[in-house]
Amino acid sequence: MDWILVAEQALNGLQFGLMLFLLAAGLTLVFGIMDMINLAHGSLYMVGAYLAAAVAAASGSFLLAVLAALVGTAAFGMMLEVALLRRLYQRDHLSQVLATFALILMINEGTRMIWGSQPVMLNLPAPLSGPVELLPGLYYPAYRLLIIGVGLAVAVLLYLLVTRTRWGMWVRAGASNRAMATAMGVNIRWLFTAVFGFGAALCALAGSLLGPLLAVQVGMGESILILAFVVIVIGGIGSIRGALVGALLVGLVDTCSRTLLPALLRQLASPEVASNLGPALASILIYVLMAAVLFWKPQGLFPARG
Amino acid sequence: MSKKTTNAVLCAALMLGLGAGAGTAWAADKVKIGLLSTLSGPGAGLGVDIRDGFNLAVKHAGGKFGGLPVELVIADDQQNPDVAKQTAERLLKRDKVDFMTGIVFSNIMLAVGPSVFDAKVPYISANAGPSQYAGEQCNPYFFNVAWQNDNLHEAVGKTVMDKGFKKVVVLAPNYPAGKDAINGFKRFYKGAVADEIYTKLGQLDYSAELAQARAAKPDAMYIFLPGGMGINFIKQFVGAGLSKDITLFGPGFSADEDVIKAVGEPMLGMFNSSHWAHDLDNAANKKFVADFQKEFGRLPSLYASQGYDAGLSIAAAVRDVKGKVEDREVVLKALKAARFESVRGPFKYNNNQYPVQDYYLRVITKDSQGRVTNKTLGKIFSNHADAYAASCKMKS
Repeated sequence: MDWILVAEQALNGLQFGLMLFLLAAGLTLVFGIMDMINLAHGSLYMVGAYLAAAVAAASGSFLLAVLAALVGTAAFGMMLEVALLRRLYQRDHLSQVLATFALILMINEGTRMIWGSQPVMLNLPAPLSGPVELLPGLYYPAYRLLIIGVGLAVAVLLYLLVTRTRWGMWVRAGASNRAMATAMGVNIRWLFTAVFGFGAALCALAGSLLGPLLAVQVGMGESILILAFVVIVIGGIGSIRGALVGALLVGLVDTCSRTLLPALLRQLASPEVASNLGPALASILIYVLMAAVLFWKPQGLFPARG
Repeated sequence: MSKKTTNAVLCAALMLGLGAGAGTAWAADKVKIGLLSTLSGPGAGLGVDIRDGFNLAVKHAGGKFGGLPVELVIADDQQNPDVAKQTAERLLKRDKVDFMTGIVFSNIMLAVGPSVFDAKVPYISANAGPSQYAGEQCNPYFFNVAWQNDNLHEAVGKTVMDKGFKKVVVLAPNYPAGKDAINGFKRFYKGAVADEIYTKLGQLDYSAELAQARAAKPDAMYIFLPGGMGINFIKQFVGAGLSKDITLFGPGFSADEDVIKAVGEPMLGMFNSSHWAHDLDNAANKKFVADFQKEFGRLPSLYASQGYDAGLSIAAAVRDVKGKVEDREVVLKALKAARFESVRGPFKYNNNQYPVQDYYLRVITKDSQGRVTNKTLGKIFSNHADAYAASCKMKS
């Protein structure tokens, strides 16, 4: 076990964790502040990735593609909120789950109609397609570094936005007591619409940044949505700080379990058993982590409301 | 009659018509073939190629096998064993197909196999070649017109050995064909295996595995990652700067037209094995490659060639039984005789109904037109059979 491997895996975990954070941040705001379970959050991630792929193919500019995805998905998210989701805030969670699950199916089929069922290619910007030598012997893909940079910047920005601005104050006020905030003159309806649009834009950012690394395809949102839910449950529902810590934990645990666990098992058991058991164990370790956190801290690591 | 009643009558008529259509079981006025394949998701490129290859075979036969019009029922398994099993039941019970083909992934083949064999419908595999059906669980209704899963990996194992590489990292998805792949590779590669990595099937981010491979400091790496998995891996392999020190080897699956189209120039110089290549010199292949390009505007992949051969083999069998597809015994015998001109050249079945054939070494280069594509370098194995045939109880 040399330090290069450890450093590289730490960077990989950080990169994956930050992308999860972008998704979890929007989800936790909507879930914690509006008390609304939005299963279609992953679909916004997919819509963002498809928009980015379409604009990149048409214009050839990756930067333009990401910007277009941000704006387009935010607009799409706000439209959904105004047209449909707004009506669900007063309903119980089961109605919300049913309605947003229906949205997943509709958005998936709609995407299939427009772009077809085969994955769409979103290529890396050429200058970023190679590796960078961070320290002697430590090479890391330039594009993943960019993702880490963007993720950190968004995390800081979001923290400042929620804790230091008037806008963030409204959001927190709306979360802790909706009726009182309205009485004090905050337009909660439009605030929620704006928060929803903002969450959608964060999804689109994650979708368009991960598009070139993964694949832009129908159903890409569902698998990552499950992880995003794990993140906000670990971090504490409604807490941005919790979402960040939870996302980084999940990212690191997932990355490390994929490589360290099989190696560890091989020293304990025969190679045959290790190769069978390792990948299986690695894929459930995140859920073990979630169960452990819930056992000792049922409200999550950073509960938003005491 | 009011408009409402008219509509109701029309609806009823339509439903009756559909019901009658599903119920017809006239003796062989057509050949019904169920093509169940992966047509959506990251593995879709493979299924689409098989489907297009098969369609071309039907077209070359003038839409008729042995004088009977061909009715092709195409269905998507979504690379999901549960969906595949349900859809297969529908093809077998409702559509009452005479033949089935098309499945790409071995885990799906193993899920669907029992239903097909119970229904006594001949299955001609245009891709999946699990070791289970080659050995003890071999079945008279299962024919593989492609290869046994291990074969292409055995060929690369021998190549890597012959080229003198000493320390190799191997990587495959954790599913039946992934295990077959690594076993096949190690059957002929006798050097050191620095690390053996299994990933989730369908994984798209390989950052952790690449870091692990870098730490193992191998001189070569062998990957078995079909479809979108391979596309992502090779891009990330190059992006992580591993291509400078490590020579990448793969079976034909990880280095055919679908992957080349997506990855492009970074793949130049990658060695891979195949039982077929678009530049193989025989008349059937020349016609296939030229017409495939004319029809679909792209070079065929090995999957397309397998789909085409599956079509040819069914066509030949229906021709030889003179259209009596309901007599299964005779059909099986005719399928096993394999009297068709395969695009790979000589072709015959072993006792387990898997092929005995030649395997070639290919390398990715630029051809005279400047296209990035495969070039055949030479033969690795001649008349190569799989390692499981001996434990199959069927007689040849």
